[in-house]
Amino acid sequence: MRNPQLNGVLLLLSLVLIVIAVLLGSTPLGLMQVLQALIGQGSAGDAIVVWEIRLPRAIAAYLVGAALGLSGAAMQGLLRNPLAEPGVLGVSASASLFATFTLYFGFSALSSFILPLAAISGALVATSFLALVATRVNSVVALILIGVGISSFTGALMTLLMNLAPNPFSLSDMVNWMMGTVANRSFDDIAFAAPFLGLGVILILLSGRDLSAFTLGEEAAAGIGVDLQKVRLKIVFGTGLCTGAAVAIAGAVGFVGIVAPHLVRPHVDHEPAATLMPSALLGGAILVAADIFIRVVPTNTELKLGVVAALLGAPIFVWIASQRMMGNSND
Amino acid sequence: MTELKLDNISLAIDGKTILDSVNLTVRTGELAVLLGANGAGKSSVLRCALGLVPAATGDARIDQLPLRRISTLQRAKLAAYLPQRRPMAWPVKVFDVVSLGRYAYGVRLGRLKGVDLALVEAAIDACDLQSLRDRRMDTLSGGESARVHCARAFAADAALLLADEPNAALDPKHELGIMQLIRNYVDGGRGALVVAHEANLAARFADRLIWMRDGRIYADGTVAETMTPAMMAEIYGVKAQIHQVAGHTNVTILDAL
Repeated sequence: MRNPQLNGVLLLLSLVLIVIAVLLGSTPLGLMQVLQALIGQGSAGDAIVVWEIRLPRAIAAYLVGAALGLSGAAMQGLLRNPLAEPGVLGVSASASLFATFTLYFGFSALSSFILPLAAISGALVATSFLALVATRVNSVVALILIGVGISSFTGALMTLLMNLAPNPFSLSDMVNWMMGTVANRSFDDIAFAAPFLGLGVILILLSGRDLSAFTLGEEAAAGIGVDLQKVRLKIVFGTGLCTGAAVAIAGAVGFVGIVAPHLVRPHVDHEPAATLMPSALLGGAILVAADIFIRVVPTNTELKLGVVAALLGAPIFVWIASQRMMGNSND
Repeated sequence: MTELKLDNISLAIDGKTILDSVNLTVRTGELAVLLGANGAGKSSVLRCALGLVPAATGDARIDQLPLRRISTLQRAKLAAYLPQRRPMAWPVKVFDVVSLGRYAYGVRLGRLKGVDLALVEAAIDACDLQSLRDRRMDTLSGGESARVHCARAFAADAALLLADEPNAALDPKHELGIMQLIRNYVDGGRGALVVAHEANLAARFADRLIWMRDGRIYADGTVAETMTPAMMAEIYGVKAQIHQVAGHTNVTILDAL
């Protein structure tokens, strides 16, 4: 492992943030109260707050952030560009659109698996399309513009669905999927998405060596023995499953996939395989921190997680893009 | 002995003929240089030889085995490839780039040991990169970067090396240096098929020159046999003089024809 201390530090940071997320809230709990509730010895009220509200919410935020951080690192490795990310390339929006369809037409009521499956299908459609385009388009700017196009198109379709929403409840649900939130998530919501997330994580982590090889460019990577089609497929499915699962839990949350790998990369010598795990750990920590911020900031209506992530992440995206433009005019 | 054989390879892209019935054999123990004008099909010969581009007709074989019957990993173990374009997506360290030469053997970066580590170290030594091993690729000069990519190809320890303009855009000293590295690699018991533009360098280092024109092999022979004013006129459309300087065959371009 290139930087085991980094993973250790990020894991510790994640645990501390999750503990803080469980402690904080409208009903403040002490550390002992939380521990007692966790082992089933506290009051019934504390147990409900910890087990049914705060812990699932914190874990949902962590898993969504980890999935997006990992997906971002994998997509950047595959497309060899630090600006590639499920949110920017329209993958999250596509997953969100498919999820919204099931809400609009009422399919999500048929089975709890329908919505996660729809979100994952949407993510896979967008990722496959991007991977196909990436093999034919050399310009990364063109690829990102196509991603922005997918994002705008799916956004327009979602707005259309919201426009035609049959009732205010559907409209509220759709707004949640569009803006991204982990409020009121239960362990059941996490459990439905977990198998897809797990499979996606495995596929991506198994591709680490291949992503390192992609550093050399596709032609040289093929020369050293990388089976390009197989690797593309593995990463497309991995990122599609992770992003789809994240959207199934929280709706569209952008920019975590850019910010986490960007912060991690200098500490792992920019090596793509070594970027994966810390990007996941940091992505999770970032979203838990963002969710804590949402809960403690005094507002009339709770802010949405996706909005806060975008407010923090978009300036970093612009900064990375401008740095690359100044450094390399071909990009 | 390892042998790479191209048997009647043809390739067309968007209706344009790139390669037309190319027959070619390269073996360990020889440094063969492909020469030809821009667009003659030299790079495509290497790509088809490695199966990176599927040929329309014909077969490429390594040790009698058709490429389609062996895995990409197996092929990479037999023949290393140094492409013309070497874009680096990330500013990784020199040591990591050279280590990627061992990809086909299942090596994970940062976890090299045993034979893999020894071969990477040997390639770093051969290309005189010890002082640069921990440097980031984006801090290297063109010549240093070319040596790193050579070392990456050498670290594969393959019987054959296919290199596409390994010394493109380098100054004369570094051009010589890279060709000498490949010569040393071949003298160590391997074979190489190298695409080159510079006729003087080819004449100095090659055992055999393969001249290409319009996607076909026009001539194939030793320097003494094929490096002639008539060949320079046919292949490049230039008037040239061939003479011996300090024991090396030298080409002086006089004019365009």
